[in-house]
Amino acid sequence: MQLRRDVFQAIADPTRRAILLLVTSHAMTAGAIAANFETARPTVSKHLQILTACELLEQKQTGREIFYHINAKKMKEIADFIEPFRNMWDDRFNKLEAIMQKHKSKK
Amino acid sequence: MERKTNVHAEDNKQELEITREFDLPLNLLFKAYEDPEIIEQWMGTKVLKLENKQHGSYRFETSDPRGNIVFRANGTIHEFIANQRITRTFEMENSPFPVQLEFLEFEPLTDETSKLTMHIIFRSVAHRDQLLQMPFANGINMAHNRLQEIVYTLK
Repeated sequence: MQLRRDVFQAIADPTRRAILLLVTSHAMTAGAIAANFETARPTVSKHLQILTACELLEQKQTGREIFYHINAKKMKEIADFIEPFRNMWDDRFNKLEAIMQKHKSKK
Repeated sequence: MERKTNVHAEDNKQELEITREFDLPLNLLFKAYEDPEIIEQWMGTKVLKLENKQHGSYRFETSDPRGNIVFRANGTIHEFIANQRITRTFEMENSPFPVQLEFLEFEPLTDETSKLTMHIIFRSVAHRDQLLQMPFANGINMAHNRLQEIVYTLK
């Protein structure tokens, strides 16, 4: 429960969301990630630390450099959290739409 | 596939927003919220009472096929402006969830399409998160079965 809370805190920040988007396509070093932001480098480092602590990012050492990868499993956990609730409403609204369209054609 | 219904829940906030665009003119979308018989069909619940006016109130009740009551909810209507807005409270009876406040905004997009925005405010962040984590899978199946039943009786 505590962990889940942290994950949501992690993605509540717009810079951290942007970092996750960046790293989705390919693994990047901290320097390469920071180059995409006007924020000071230590601030980006702090964001990377939080994302790594929440297991949304994974570090992998390649030679002398550390690359950040996205942890797809953890990301899916976030999507799954709200998905059943969204599905329930989507289902209800689909039904509403179908019923009212029938209503329209009856007139 | 395009996602028609969106749920926006920011971390550490005691509110959430559900938005949906419909292939329906505004008046038909609103009618689906106004007419108790139609509400019964798409919500899959019985409407015991519905007073569409300021200071009015409503009560919903759902039974399983054996007649056991599985869901009961009620609320007070604070604002009812046709084709525009419904402000109301919503409370699930016999549940650990306190009453919530709902702002429903209806708006036209084109002559044939419309949009609904549901802004829901909870007593606390924890209550909102708890509700989001409820197992809805069963409810979805129940609703799906009911839809099949409705379609079947229309044939």
